[in-house]
Amino acid sequence: MDRLIELLPALGQAALETLLYVGLAMLIGGVVGLVIGVLLTTTRTGGLLENKPTYWVLNVLVNFFRPIPFIILVVGLMPLARLITGTGIGDPALIFTLIFAASFGIARLVEQNLLTVPPGQIEAARAMGAGPFRIITTVLIPEGLGPLVLGYTFAFIAVVDMSAMAGAVGAGGLGDFALKYGFRQFNPWVTWSAVLLIIILVQLAQLVGNLVSRRLLRR
Amino acid sequence: MTRVELHSVGKRYPARGRSGSETTAVDGVTLEVASGEIHAVIGYSGAGKSTLLRLVNGLERATSGRVIIDGEDITGYSEGQLRAVRSRIGMIFQQFNLFHSKTVAKNVEYPLAVSGTPRAERAGRVRELLEFVGLADHADFHIEQLSGGQKQRVGIARALATNPGLLLADEATSALDPDTSREVLQLLSRVNSELGITILLITHEMDVVREIAQRVTVMEGGRAVEQGEVFEVFSNPQTDTTRRFVSTALPTEPSATHLRELREKHRGKLVTLTFRDGSADQPVVFQTLADRGVGVSIVHGGITDVGGRSFGKLTLELIGEGLQVEHAIAALAQHAELEVLA
Repeated sequence: MDRLIELLPALGQAALETLLYVGLAMLIGGVVGLVIGVLLTTTRTGGLLENKPTYWVLNVLVNFFRPIPFIILVVGLMPLARLITGTGIGDPALIFTLIFAASFGIARLVEQNLLTVPPGQIEAARAMGAGPFRIITTVLIPEGLGPLVLGYTFAFIAVVDMSAMAGAVGAGGLGDFALKYGFRQFNPWVTWSAVLLIIILVQLAQLVGNLVSRRLLRR
Repeated sequence: MTRVELHSVGKRYPARGRSGSETTAVDGVTLEVASGEIHAVIGYSGAGKSTLLRLVNGLERATSGRVIIDGEDITGYSEGQLRAVRSRIGMIFQQFNLFHSKTVAKNVEYPLAVSGTPRAERAGRVRELLEFVGLADHADFHIEQLSGGQKQRVGIARALATNPGLLLADEATSALDPDTSREVLQLLSRVNSELGITILLITHEMDVVREIAQRVTVMEGGRAVEQGEVFEVFSNPQTDTTRRFVSTALPTEPSATHLRELREKHRGKLVTLTFRDGSADQPVVFQTLADRGVGVSIVHGGITDVGGRSFGKLTLELIGEGLQVEHAIAALAQHAELEVLA
């Protein structure tokens, strides 16, 4: 317990780091994932921008990267991270890999949720003379927004989970804190206080996600 | 007002998968919709009518034949060119296809935004349209708050927003109950008569055709099997498909099983008379029978309105002595189209 009080500033620092990692991954990965997800939805057979080669390539990419466990991905992508961020370790490399993983994960979630938008509504917009870009931004995404918000909430929690492996490449955050100061130093108080913070973060995210999506769905 | 010409249009879908074979949804249909008329295409599901309708605004592309809108051949148009054509054609749907993320007013405004109508003009136009369909007080409602009939009226308002000359109706009343269905049909009639908009509608319901259409095309297996004025086609059907449709909505001859039941109940001679708008004078028919001392009871049929003219068939039981009845039948045959059933 005394050790925990001693470590409080470090815990706060770790919490901020986690928020930074997750925030950046959700922001950038969210946008990239949205774009890939929309392309997956619209380029498939019968879609608004039907294009078999594009769909095939994106589909294979998503299927290739999504099943790789994050701990392996973060090590495997080190060369790529070094190429883009200039370093293979630390915060920049971790954030790069988080964005990478979040993009592909979110792409599939976006695709699944947008496929629930009734094709009739897309057809109605086409019948009014609307072009594909307008239909995507004013019909497809707004009509699928309720389930989309739930999908992003799910992704947020998955990214929090992934960020706990930051220690593998020398980055920080709550997961790393729990392992470094708690688990390895046989101090369950420290471990569980970090875990508690993660649980609170996840609960808050789910609460907000549910509220927003319910508002959107009830309309 | 818009004129539509389809010249032997066809739509074939390529085979899917290894074992699949090519399917023909529309097979050489020629059809002309005069400007200002209501033309109905009737057929069972799978007859190709839905695809046919989508060939008109290019949502589906014809694989053969030509599609001409107001003299403009749109068959080879690019997607961009088709978009311009589509904004001059309204469309309504069986499932309404309204945008649930938008209010009633925003739904109606959508095509105006697409066509680039200045924002300042849109609000007035939306109000005008909602007034026309009787939903002016529902402008800020969400779609979930509307009944089926109200949803279709919003659909109609939205389809009319850009002042199209043609309205395509895809089973517009099939998801509605009979009363609501009639309301929507009346509204479509008003769209046609007050705004002069040509309407091409597809349906599988005879009542829809009978109530509002002037001309009809009967489709089966992708082909137009019969075509013409509603009254002509339905008062004198040439194909089994048409005959089956007619029997669903018009009082016609009793079916084989019904005829057997009638025979058991009625021992007299059964004859069916056809009444085609003034072709047979009912008082004369009954007077003729009375003059010959033949009793009569009506056992089946009726007279109804088809395309503004009356049409129907009556099956009568003639009661009297054999010879009297024979004479009466011979006399009736001079006044009316007659068929002896028993």
